[in-house]
Amino acid sequence: MENDNQKTIRPDHKIILQFIEPKSRVLDLGCGDGTLLSLLTQQKECQGRGIEIDEQSIYQCIAKGITVSHGNINTGLSDFSDKRFDYVILNESLQQVLHPQKVILEALRVGKKVIVGIPNFCHIRARLQIFFEGRVPVTKELPYEWYDTPNLRFLSLKDFRYFCKNNGIKILREQGLAENKTVYFRPNLFADMGLYLLER
Amino acid sequence: MEYVETKFVTFCQPPNELVLKSGFKLGPITIAYETYGQLNKDKSNAILVFHALTGDAHAAGFHKDVKKPGWWDDMIGPGKAFDTNKYFIISSNVLGGCKGTTGPSSINPKTEKPYGLSFPMVTIEDMVAAQKLLVEYLGIKKLLCVAGGSMGGLQAIIWAVNYPDLMNSCILVATNTRHTAQQIALHEVARQAIMSDPDWQNGDYYGKSIPVRGLSLSRMIGHITYMSEQSMEEKFGRKLIGKEKLGYDFSHDFEVENYLKYRAGNFVQRFDANSYLYLSKTLDYFDLAADYNGDLTKAFASAKCSFLVISFTSDWLYPSYQSKQMVKALKANDLDVSDIEINSSYGHDAFLVEVEGQSKLISHYLARIEKQNTHGKR
Repeated sequence: MENDNQKTIRPDHKIILQFIEPKSRVLDLGCGDGTLLSLLTQQKECQGRGIEIDEQSIYQCIAKGITVSHGNINTGLSDFSDKRFDYVILNESLQQVLHPQKVILEALRVGKKVIVGIPNFCHIRARLQIFFEGRVPVTKELPYEWYDTPNLRFLSLKDFRYFCKNNGIKILREQGLAENKTVYFRPNLFADMGLYLLER
Repeated sequence: MEYVETKFVTFCQPPNELVLKSGFKLGPITIAYETYGQLNKDKSNAILVFHALTGDAHAAGFHKDVKKPGWWDDMIGPGKAFDTNKYFIISSNVLGGCKGTTGPSSINPKTEKPYGLSFPMVTIEDMVAAQKLLVEYLGIKKLLCVAGGSMGGLQAIIWAVNYPDLMNSCILVATNTRHTAQQIALHEVARQAIMSDPDWQNGDYYGKSIPVRGLSLSRMIGHITYMSEQSMEEKFGRKLIGKEKLGYDFSHDFEVENYLKYRAGNFVQRFDANSYLYLSKTLDYFDLAADYNGDLTKAFASAKCSFLVISFTSDWLYPSYQSKQMVKALKANDLDVSDIEINSSYGHDAFLVEVEGQSKLISHYLARIEKQNTHGKR
């Protein structure tokens, strides 16, 4: 499979692959075409499972041999018993759900650990656009206009850290990401997205 | 061109009758079946498919001198979803049916007359028990997959629950675990149509005139329930049949009227009214969780195999939410289950006509199951 080539693996997927122990049971919420689950199955011998709302993506998942459920994230989680999975992944999907707090807490019920990937709405480029142009930012990473964005929630890495603290969620690892590189210095300013490994 | 043939095998000769769920002992039992493709050396590539209410063993290919192929020919064949180059497909007529398997129109050896209403009520479990005899007769210890839509799905569910060690996977299409009041009501109207036909004569019409009017009416009702409002609108709209203006009489005006009449006319030629009564009643009785206080999760506790559950957005006869309830229960049992609600306007008929999407899903799903099976892991 072409995905076997490490170079073609998406940078956020690379980090998630590092977060996950081999042979784990993984649930990917909003798994898209199953690329990440496919990598986890092949490279980490994980037992993967996905939930996805888009019908066409379901066909692609099944074509990859992925076990996938057609549905939304909220109802998808309630089907599972406590600590059914070693990891529950919410990559680039949390900002699009109506009740993110409920979803994270529910994910922490179903999974021993939860991996969250969020776009950073307070990247310096976005801040500069707000400051100098006086407009809601539209950047390469956040390409949507206010009227057509799928995002319902706008948060920064810092916001997410506060959220975790207030909800008694431990951040085991945080990784900022910009373009294809990891960001160690001031991620809330320079990272396009943040990836978190969480535990309760 | 190679033709397929329906074969017959008889089991359960007295005193070794099949004990039905009701306790009734039924025998002998003849099963009509067809097979497609080749059984491999270790007999690990067999797939059992189940027909719906009015189907038969002839699922694929052509019978000699018959223009129409089997009912699931779009899905079964070389290179198709159920690829006969890879798999050995078995299809049989259900117990209680009228297309070669023992049913109410069969001759009761004790009286040498057709059973009629003296035929015992057979359940989905009984149908499946008879199919198990056939599978054993064919020398197959473990099926790669069982698959069916609508009533066929109910049979697949019972296979998964009653014989979990005899199968690797289960494909359920447009099906459910219990009939709702609406589904029962629609069946009851169809049954009343048959039973109120004077020619029905309490089921004792064999060799006399058959209850054509009742049976065709029940089929018309059936066809309405198999379509959606949208698919009927797209197919017929208010198109008139062979006339420019409305007749303002009670002759047929609309295409949809003609369609129902045409389909009903075909149906009475090929289906037995008593079988329709028995099978529809069997469907209504089916309630998987009945013995578990309605707890569907417990009802699926014995299942072990992997599942693929397919439903359709416009199917109001077996609506998607019923599939979703089933998926929830399967997940609660930690089973491997994939599910999809296919966007379709065809209503319940979608399971027969939405070929493209289903073919992709089923062929890829089976490829995974086969791979896992050969590698011996789940």
